[in-house]
Amino acid sequence: MKHFSFLKRKEPLNDTQLLMAITIGIFLIMYVSAIMLFGGGFNHAQQIFDMLNDNASLIIVSCGLTIVMIGGGIDISVGAVTSLTVMSCVLYLNRGGNIYVSILLALGIGLAFGLVQGFLISYLEIQPFIVTLAGMFFARGMTTILSVNPQKAAHKTFNALRAKKIEISWLGYKARNGNLVPARIELGVLVALVCVIFVFLMLRYIRMGRNTYAMGGNQQSALMLGINVKRTRFMTYVLSGLLSGIAGYVFMLHTGAGNATNAAGMEMNAIASSIIGGTLLTGGVGNVIGTFFGTLSLTTIKKIVVTSGLNDPWWQSITTGGMLCFFILLQSVVLGKRSKKKNT
Amino acid sequence: MKKTTKKFSFNGFGQLTIPLIAIALLVVFNLIRDPGFFSIGISHNSNGNAVLSGNLISIINGASELAILAMGMTLVTAACGGQDISVGAAAAIAGSVFVKVLKASSSISGVTVILAFLCACVVAMIFGSFNGTLVAVFRIQPMIATLILYTCGRSIAYWINGGATPTVTSSIVNAIGSFIPGIPVPTPVIIVVVMGILFWLLFHFTSLRLFTQSVGINGSAARLNGIDARFIKLLSFIILGVCVAVSGCIGVSRLGLINHETLLLDVEMDTILAVAIGGNNLGGGKFKLSGSVIGAYVIQMLTITLYAMKVSSTDVKAYKAIVIILLVVIGSPVIKEKFSRFLARLSDKRRKVSVKGAEE
Repeated sequence: MKHFSFLKRKEPLNDTQLLMAITIGIFLIMYVSAIMLFGGGFNHAQQIFDMLNDNASLIIVSCGLTIVMIGGGIDISVGAVTSLTVMSCVLYLNRGGNIYVSILLALGIGLAFGLVQGFLISYLEIQPFIVTLAGMFFARGMTTILSVNPQKAAHKTFNALRAKKIEISWLGYKARNGNLVPARIELGVLVALVCVIFVFLMLRYIRMGRNTYAMGGNQQSALMLGINVKRTRFMTYVLSGLLSGIAGYVFMLHTGAGNATNAAGMEMNAIASSIIGGTLLTGGVGNVIGTFFGTLSLTTIKKIVVTSGLNDPWWQSITTGGMLCFFILLQSVVLGKRSKKKNT
Repeated sequence: MKKTTKKFSFNGFGQLTIPLIAIALLVVFNLIRDPGFFSIGISHNSNGNAVLSGNLISIINGASELAILAMGMTLVTAACGGQDISVGAAAAIAGSVFVKVLKASSSISGVTVILAFLCACVVAMIFGSFNGTLVAVFRIQPMIATLILYTCGRSIAYWINGGATPTVTSSIVNAIGSFIPGIPVPTPVIIVVVMGILFWLLFHFTSLRLFTQSVGINGSAARLNGIDARFIKLLSFIILGVCVAVSGCIGVSRLGLINHETLLLDVEMDTILAVAIGGNNLGGGKFKLSGSVIGAYVIQMLTITLYAMKVSSTDVKAYKAIVIILLVVIGSPVIKEKFSRFLARLSDKRRKVSVKGAEE
């Protein structure tokens, strides 16, 4: 550690900042080495925008999960709620619904799940894993009850909204036939970025956010400080539910169809991105910016696997697992060393 | 007076109250819906053996893998204060190894089946000790540590089989999955009983139960008392590995093929649910294996009941969720406390009335 002189600031980095710095650093190393090794696709700005386009909803869901995990809880219903939101909004739009009402519907579904789960967990003191597991089962079951078959959105205004993309010409690249292809960003990415910034500011400057850190760090002392622990915990789940609803709408903007298997396994991907981003499941440590880069790292490794020609279907998840293992061990070792230093 | 209120309070059976109430409710519900639901008949299967059949048998038979996994999961939960979410993936790996070894031998005899099972056991124990090392040595939360294997386990299983779903045709494997000729009870049920007896012997002749509970309640205090907390945590994961191998092999034998995608799909969630319904604290500490096993049967009975009510297999989850929420709400500490306070108030009122009456 002696050589890292730039780490020696007047105020040493706290756990949250250190883990986030590691994540961002590793993401940059990974991306730069990908450019050097494979060049080609990784050179274009569009590659990053594609990663964002594909994962906007995952980023939003991970934000909500990060809040819950900082508060010391867990929410595994997020993927299923996203899926339910997509399915119900598509069905509503296909019956000639209004596009504004469909947005309200998405928010409402997310909020409803958040409210019920938050109430059960914080006020009835039921274990969060069980409650959100039941929430996951319920949302998945409701999705198939609504429709087993895939449903494509056939709503004019919605499809116009879906086709809307922000084009940045100076970040574009020349295609083989000489035409300039501008970089394309979907609207969902903007929503995702707004969510990230909002959650970041909330966790940092608003009382509820700071209470969340206090509660996750040590619930007993938070209670002694006069923090309303129950309400804070309730609010973390409500926010997570609400963000899943938003993620559902963004998911729909990206795919344009409802399917019973939508967002399958998203909860575990979201947990993985939060962990890679430096959030600890024990609570009290974490940052939503880290989560954002965690999602990007997860996507980058998948892209690298695909580009490097390991086409067998098992390599993607095996490498993802390996990377997860690496990050988890790294965090454990780093934090273990720091706590030893503190004690001596 | 206080003593009597305590006796009649909600905690009559200790932690087994909720699972027993759940089973009783399900039984009564089924009997009202269809009085013949639990009738057991004797039928002849394709091999001409006389075997027991009926809904009750299919419930007990179908929950075998879940019950075995729940036993191991209870130990892990008690020792580490967290759950292993990779059991389904690890079972897929164990099943793949089982099939791989069987396929490698020219003819399948009893010895090769035992050999294959032992190989599966060893592999599952290695993966268990991988998880256990992460949890015990590196002090990583169990759920996160096992997330690694959860992510890549099924892919490893796929890789072991070289991207195929091979089938095994053998009368011995078939007998493990369904019935041994001459015995009317399904073999998986016998295996559950054997596993239960093994666990009972383990707890009876060693101090594992005491050690596990003390590690779960306060790890550092246990260490100061001379218990190797790391070893106990690691051991719980290795024992879970054995359970995983057994249930994986049962799962493979039932179908006669290994499908890495669908073998024991989502079983990890059901297993954790079984442990929770059994009244065990998911934060570690005291535990009861019987509670988890009953929890497993509650889940299976619920599923079979819903199937019998002609709910489609994809929709079952939604109804399951409602029942789970009802169960945990009844079992929640806040509701319990309110209920016992309500009972106490009732008895207080009665006493006051009787005292007033006496004064007058």
